[in-house]
Amino acid sequence: MTPDQPSRPFTAASFNQYLAEGKLMASRCEGCGAVHLPPRAICPACHSANLQWQEESDSAALLAFTVIYVAPSAQIAQGYGREKPYISGIVQTASGQKISARIQGFDPFKPESIQIGAALQRVSDSPALTYQVVTKA
Amino acid sequence: MPTTPLPRGVAIIGAGMSKFGAFPEKNSRDLFVEAYKDLLTSVDKGFDPRQIESFYLGNFSSDLFEHQAHLAPLLADAVGLTPIPAARVENACASGATALRQGIMAIASGMANAVLVGGAEKMTNLPTADVTDTLAAAADMAFEISAGFTFPGLYASMATAYMAKYGMKPEHLMTVAIKNHENGALNPNAQFGVTIARWMEGRIAAAIKKGKPAPTWQNVMDFLHDDAANPMIAWPLRLFDCSPITDGAAALLLVAADRAKDYTDSPIYLIGSGQASGAALHDRPELTELPAVRHAAAQAYQMAGVTARDIRIAEVHDCFTIAEILATEDLGFFAPGEGFRAAEDGVTARDGSKPINTSGGLKSKGHPVGASGVAQAVEIFKQMRGQAGARQVNGDIPLALTHNVGATGSTCLVHIYERKD
Repeated sequence: MTPDQPSRPFTAASFNQYLAEGKLMASRCEGCGAVHLPPRAICPACHSANLQWQEESDSAALLAFTVIYVAPSAQIAQGYGREKPYISGIVQTASGQKISARIQGFDPFKPESIQIGAALQRVSDSPALTYQVVTKA
Repeated sequence: MPTTPLPRGVAIIGAGMSKFGAFPEKNSRDLFVEAYKDLLTSVDKGFDPRQIESFYLGNFSSDLFEHQAHLAPLLADAVGLTPIPAARVENACASGATALRQGIMAIASGMANAVLVGGAEKMTNLPTADVTDTLAAAADMAFEISAGFTFPGLYASMATAYMAKYGMKPEHLMTVAIKNHENGALNPNAQFGVTIARWMEGRIAAAIKKGKPAPTWQNVMDFLHDDAANPMIAWPLRLFDCSPITDGAAALLLVAADRAKDYTDSPIYLIGSGQASGAALHDRPELTELPAVRHAAAQAYQMAGVTARDIRIAEVHDCFTIAEILATEDLGFFAPGEGFRAAEDGVTARDGSKPINTSGGLKSKGHPVGASGVAQAVEIFKQMRGQAGARQVNGDIPLALTHNVGATGSTCLVHIYERKD
């Protein structure tokens, strides 16, 4: 949770650039302290535009998920579809922020076995925001 | 938000729609002309179209679906209404009710005495993958679609959160689909106007006719659990949990309330209108509630001076089966976590105490996205006037409601209708 230089604009491009560098970055409002993930350029709580980047924890919990069989073109191009479904979900980071992400490590053909609340760890070298289920040792 | 009664009353005096379905030979203009002609014949004492002063059209994406932008003046011209002002409004799947609200505001403000409200969408030109991509564009491309989500996937995520919280099973979702197809089977304008039981019987008969082994489904639930007959779209949502890809149009004629009786002895008054916006699904406090629906409903109820309990019937935005369950809770018909029980117990059936989607809903009637919010009002107009034919609910309907949602609840509109005679 180290504050970063406030040089990058609060845009999706900056967020994705940080992800490519291995960091999940939120915005933190200097006015009221609210944290926003995905990052925002204006704080919806106090309407301040005085923000800082803040790195988010890599650990998270699964709040909701789905197994997608009818995929968008981008995922079809990657080989996904009815024969190879994939999991997307909404996760909550250790500090309480929620975001949409790809989910790995569960068997997509056994959705009943996927537990809401399961512990997840961010895959830091993925270009898209992706979490891996934490398997008990 | 203004939640006092409208400064000037507004009434619906006519309502019409095209047949909903897949029509390769018709574009959105052809479909709207059908809806408009149906509308004019519905005005009991007749109506001179030259009295229409303004036109608002709900349409999501004629640009991507049929490579035709700037649709409103095109449709106004097609029905002979130029040079009146025409404007298309876009709020994804809530475009139709957004157009309705523009029409209400035009009359309530005194700027017009008679307004045409339309909705149209021509979706079936594109292959399914392109339709999926086009609909997905109504979500947040940067932070939702980038995570691999589709529209069914986002609603499916609400379903898994709801299942974990309240103990609902996928079978409860199926009861919503069964109910809406039972209603749609009685709607001659429905795209899939057939019960799921009849659908299953048709599949068995077709297999026998082709000399193939007859499927061994024992009942409708058996059929709905079959991965081949009812394939998974986004777990736990299967094909029959999803509204179809549809071509269709609908139209309403609004006039100032004090002039309504010039055109009909039984106008339907619009007494409540609420509209709200919401953040992306991952930015909401609860994944099992749509805050925009709650805000829009509160506005509409307050403006109308009524409560959820007073509403006799409702058309709600069942783009997916889970969406109907969430809608009946967010609108205050049932407490959180009780919507799926109400569906299972038949409370929302046509002969239940709170009939929901007597038209068949988006699920069975079809979901031409920009037309859906307008078509919901067409159904309410018919039901409140006792003109819904075989699917007419028993008894008087003094108050009714429509609920139209854009994306996963980024937009919601709620309207309340009254019959006073």
